[in-house]
Amino acid sequence: MPIEFKMPKLGESVTEGTVSRWLKQAGDRVELYEPMLEVTTDKVDTEVSSPVNGTLLEIRVPEGETVPVGAVIAILAAEDEAAANGTQPTEEAQAPVAKSAQASVQQRPVEIQRPERPAGDQAQGFISPAVARLAAEHNVDLSQITGTGRNGRITKQDVQRYIEERSKAQQPASAAQPAATAAQPAVRPTPPAEERISAAPVPQPAAAPAVLPPALLEGDELVPLTAMRRAIAEHMVRSKRTSPHVTTVMEADLSRIVAYREAHKAEFERQGAKLTFTPFFVYASVRALQEVPIVNATYTDEGILMHRAINIGVAVAIPEGLVVPVVHNADEKSLLGLSRAVNDLADRARSRRLQQNDVEGGTFTITNHGVSGSIFAMPIINQPQAAILGVGAIQKRPVVITQHGVDAIAIRPMCYLSLTFDHRLIDGATADQFLAVIKRELEEWKE
Amino acid sequence: MPEMNLLEAIRAGIDEMMAADERVYIIGEDVGKRGGVFRVTEGLVDKYGEMRVIDSPLAESIIVGSSIGAAMYGMRPIAEIQFADFIFPAFNQIVSEAARIRYRSNGAWDVPMVIRAPFGGGIHGALYHSQSVEAFFAHVPGLKVVVPSTPYDAKGLIKASIEDPDPVLFFEHKKLYRLIKGQVPEEDYRVPIGVADVKREGSDMTVLSYGLTLHQSLEAAEQLSAEGVEVEVVDLRTLRPLDKETILNSVRKTGKVLIAYEDNRFLGYGAELAAIISEEVFEHLDGPIMRVAGADVPAMPFSPPLEEAFMPSTEKIAAAMRELAGY
Repeated sequence: MPIEFKMPKLGESVTEGTVSRWLKQAGDRVELYEPMLEVTTDKVDTEVSSPVNGTLLEIRVPEGETVPVGAVIAILAAEDEAAANGTQPTEEAQAPVAKSAQASVQQRPVEIQRPERPAGDQAQGFISPAVARLAAEHNVDLSQITGTGRNGRITKQDVQRYIEERSKAQQPASAAQPAATAAQPAVRPTPPAEERISAAPVPQPAAAPAVLPPALLEGDELVPLTAMRRAIAEHMVRSKRTSPHVTTVMEADLSRIVAYREAHKAEFERQGAKLTFTPFFVYASVRALQEVPIVNATYTDEGILMHRAINIGVAVAIPEGLVVPVVHNADEKSLLGLSRAVNDLADRARSRRLQQNDVEGGTFTITNHGVSGSIFAMPIINQPQAAILGVGAIQKRPVVITQHGVDAIAIRPMCYLSLTFDHRLIDGATADQFLAVIKRELEEWKE
Repeated sequence: MPEMNLLEAIRAGIDEMMAADERVYIIGEDVGKRGGVFRVTEGLVDKYGEMRVIDSPLAESIIVGSSIGAAMYGMRPIAEIQFADFIFPAFNQIVSEAARIRYRSNGAWDVPMVIRAPFGGGIHGALYHSQSVEAFFAHVPGLKVVVPSTPYDAKGLIKASIEDPDPVLFFEHKKLYRLIKGQVPEEDYRVPIGVADVKREGSDMTVLSYGLTLHQSLEAAEQLSAEGVEVEVVDLRTLRPLDKETILNSVRKTGKVLIAYEDNRFLGYGAELAAIISEEVFEHLDGPIMRVAGADVPAMPFSPPLEEAFMPSTEKIAAAMRELAGY
């Protein structure tokens, strides 16, 4: 028996996957656990391995196509069978025809001959196993029979009577007919449900509200959507539609942070961590989430879901788009721990080695749009979270400071912090209170 | 060919076996001078003496336990349990010992023993004289369970059972003892264990039965025949080992199955039949597998109307046949 190889479920909420690359081709030998193809889901790329020693007989889903979890994507043959059947799928396909031609009286190819289910199925009531079998064996169209059983059900006797009458009617003309039918190649069986699903067009996400297709200009090129692009589009629209976004902004003086980072960079390096600014923002956010826990929450119609865990997502730009790996239980980590976690996640995001659980479970998100020069932005909330912190570029600016009661103009590394929040559960004053904690933690930095 | 009733046929079979083989002996309560409460062994003590027709104490564990030992030693005991209801004190000997000796001794020992027991209701026997116990024993590998329903089968089966190298439970429906008469050949013959018998051929449904309900099914089949429905009635004759081929062939032919038995419906013998049929010939079924069986109440009631309510009957079976035919 050939093995149907199905699209695996690659994460808790993952319902579909895109075949990004076949590492094996039809006819290739595969070892148990040997990577066979690459699959892309919303945010994760994974290699999928062979479940058997054997042969990849047939690829059902070409590269670039997206199918639901559980859809058959390939047909495999385990080792011994591959040897017995030969590895060429074409041979396989021809075999049944030859066999059924030989199989005369002794071995009626019952399954192969089974006619497709008549369309009027429902109207005929329950089709018992005996009736289905008899109809298949004698090529009876059940819609031609009036049932005499309970509620008009077609009984076995009804079918037998029909066959008898039919054979009486046909007798002189076609005595040889049954033999001819037996030799005929099979009626093509209806494909199994899953196959049909996979063949159907990939469902369009409710990303863009229906707009008129743009007029095509000369030289226009349609670039197919990647799974990631599709997911981003869907999420952005959904978030904007779900949460009333409001943004509040504060400015922080990062003198102490910059100094601390300069002083400790080498020490962190020795401990295997590259000290960037991001862990400081994560650290400050943890304090703020602890002091103003309403920000670490989700609005639901049943009530406000307060999260105990503090899992902070850190947006990472990659060439294909954007991913938000999550530092789980960020409140349990020191600055060194956070550095390591952030380094690791960012590295793996860029090399596309994130696991599904790396991108799940976030309760708050930080996006450091300043790395690309932006000084100020209003990001979109990462649903179902309540707020997102935008960190602008750190710039030296002349600012007025007051020392010993004397105002002075000083040059300080300054940074705009924006908090975009869901106004359904967070009010402006609360948001400001939250952002003020972050500002305080950064400006009065001491680990 | 003489006509005999069921108990006379059983007696004739035992008599012939005792005459032919002196290892065969009978042990049970009142089986000697009294000839058994139903007179199955009547006259045998005069013919073969008290050493071969032994009146036992009122202790079923002794009747069976001693028979196991004697059988292992080379004798051919026929242990009679006065009513199947009384078999439970010997349950341990039968199930834990007799059934397992061959397995336990790796084939070195066997237990060629017959345990006869009248079972079933419909004779106002109430709680302690009416039970059907076949399902308890048919469940156990190592035992054979035989239920004859006609005089011919009874004689042929008792002889085959006495010769069988394994413990055989031989259940006789007590209401059939004198009710059913039939021609029984005088010449030596056997009805093999493990072979069912199609008692009536038909094309529209299969009824599987044994014991009193077999005869009720045959009567009901006659009624249905007058209404244009031809019912095939299969007499199982042996419950273990079961003749699956005869049963499954019949179901393949008719596509509908009714199982009639007197034991309590729940987990009665019909449950296993239904399971085997749906596992092995599901594609041939043209209707639900139905059962007519005894009620799931703790015991056979003494009150005649309640006893009637408990017992399957020709009418109840015919009604079920009509329902199934109309499906």
